[in-house]
Amino acid sequence: MTLIEQPTAPGHIDVSPESTDVADLGAARPLRVDVWRRFRRNRLAMVGLAFIVLLVLVAIFAPLIAPYGITERTSGQARQSPSLDHWFGTDQIGRDVFSRVVYGARVSLRIGILATAISLGIGLLLGATSGFFGGATDTLVMRITDVFLAIPYIVLGVAIATVVGRSENSIIIIIGVIGWTSIARIVRASFLSLKRLEYVEAATALGFSRLRIMFRHILPNALQPIIIYGTIAVGSVVLTEAALSFVGVGPQDPTPAWGKMVADAKSSLTNAPHMLFFPAGAIFLTVLSFVFVGDGLRDALDPKLK
Amino acid sequence: MTSYIIRRLLLIVPTVFVALSFLFFIFFLLPGDPARLIAGGAERNVDPGVLERVEARYGFDDPILTQFADYWERTVQWDLGESFLTNRGVNDILGDKAVASLRLAIWAIIIEIIVGIAVGLLSAIRRYSLSDRITTILTAAASAIPVFVLGFVLQYIFAVQPNKWDWPEWARLRTSGIGPDSWTFFFIPTGEQWRYLILPAITLASVTTALLARMTRGSMLEVLRADYMRTAKSKGLGERDVVLRHGLRNAMLPVVTLIGLDFGTAIGAAVLTEFTFNWPGLGSEIVTSVQQRDLPVLLGLTLAVVLAYALVNLVVDVSYAWFDPRIRLGKGEHA
Repeated sequence: MTLIEQPTAPGHIDVSPESTDVADLGAARPLRVDVWRRFRRNRLAMVGLAFIVLLVLVAIFAPLIAPYGITERTSGQARQSPSLDHWFGTDQIGRDVFSRVVYGARVSLRIGILATAISLGIGLLLGATSGFFGGATDTLVMRITDVFLAIPYIVLGVAIATVVGRSENSIIIIIGVIGWTSIARIVRASFLSLKRLEYVEAATALGFSRLRIMFRHILPNALQPIIIYGTIAVGSVVLTEAALSFVGVGPQDPTPAWGKMVADAKSSLTNAPHMLFFPAGAIFLTVLSFVFVGDGLRDALDPKLK
Repeated sequence: MTSYIIRRLLLIVPTVFVALSFLFFIFFLLPGDPARLIAGGAERNVDPGVLERVEARYGFDDPILTQFADYWERTVQWDLGESFLTNRGVNDILGDKAVASLRLAIWAIIIEIIVGIAVGLLSAIRRYSLSDRITTILTAAASAIPVFVLGFVLQYIFAVQPNKWDWPEWARLRTSGIGPDSWTFFFIPTGEQWRYLILPAITLASVTTALLARMTRGSMLEVLRADYMRTAKSKGLGERDVVLRHGLRNAMLPVVTLIGLDFGTAIGAAVLTEFTFNWPGLGSEIVTSVQQRDLPVLLGLTLAVVLAYALVNLVVDVSYAWFDPRIRLGKGEHA
């Protein structure tokens, strides 16, 4: 085999070394190797991934990176433009914007990931039940999603926030509770089509319990759209959090939530635009990164789609 | 078809009922006491006599279920009650604000359809060209900017720069409020009105335009590969006819579905846009009413929004049949 070395075609640069081996072509390769190889070729997705990694590092090492505390005020230095002392300037009461944006990464990532987890949990459970059992259960669950979709998310969010309070944790619960409907629909659709396949019939014939069939047999095959949607959802949670903070029901003041910082900038738009641009830029780059990674995952997981 | 529409209309009733009842009960769990608020503010000490009269006047002393029944009895007769705070009739407020919201929405939709479909179409036809790449990045960017951030950036540009660089008078746009509120044919701005309209309309359109462009591109790419497109070309039809008559109409089907689903996003965007630009529409009124616990206003305006949302989805479903005559509604099962 080694004698028949494949001549490398000119213009065939991006073929990675392991696939030049002819014997390897027929061999089963773990799916994730393939997925990663396709994902790596997507430049935007890689940039997004790099930014998310950076963001996670910033969140973890925030105390080492931030030169000031989040509540620390420099007296007499409100609304200062960016300088060597304050890289992103200072806000309306003299706090360092750079430090607050750095600590804000913690808030946003925590809210983004936990709220998405809640949505995924509720959506998976209801969507799977609805798609698998069908009939009256399906109708009931779909009517519940209709009700949730019928109330504009801002109204629902503001309403629940006023009831359960405005801490970081209640924002997580609120956004999680608002966001499950799309996931439920996606999961339901996959379950509806998957449950008709032969292997499910085989599992039923073998006498496995419904729970086992739902979660051990069908779910792993329905994971792709869930992973893709879940990634993009983290980004939209960050957006929703910013929107709720903006209308005044987000985490309360000392918490350095990016959305809140943008809302605070409203009154100083003309003389201190840096208060707007830095936290807004952080929101923008974060959301964009999750969208790019989600898109990249979709293309990598399902090459037919592209 | 008719029976399908009737069945769908009947389905709207329980959805709206449950949604509004849910909000009704949520607001009774609120920490703030509306009676206290009306009697003079949440923080102030209020004379108990006044408080009692307020409670009797607005029916707060009735058991909650009685209030609930009363609320629905009135709502069914399209009497939405009056504001706790200003005593103005909610029907009145609704008529007023809905008009302002509608005018803004119409212009946002006009921008969305023209720009979104054109950009998506061009992107699909010239796939992988420079303009396609730029469009892809721009549409992703537009959906990642919070609506209010875009609003603020536009406000910053048009409030600060004109004075700094001495812009000509015609290029100066207003960044807040609705201005003179003068229109002809319901939605055509007259006089100086357009200066107030442009920025909020662009802001509101941004998110949905980006979505529409992305969807049109994706859907069009799929259609361009179809056999009937090749057939149309080999019949000798011109490029324009092939793309527009055979391609676009087929490509619109999935796009229309998603527009319906994204109407919720659009409502959210409208609330934020109106709030950012102080546009006196339903959205900013809803935010204010939640913050002030003005329950009748909130429920009345939400009722309108929920009904509109349900009707839009119905129209979307019916329009499938128009875009794709192969779909016959009302026969067999439907979701």
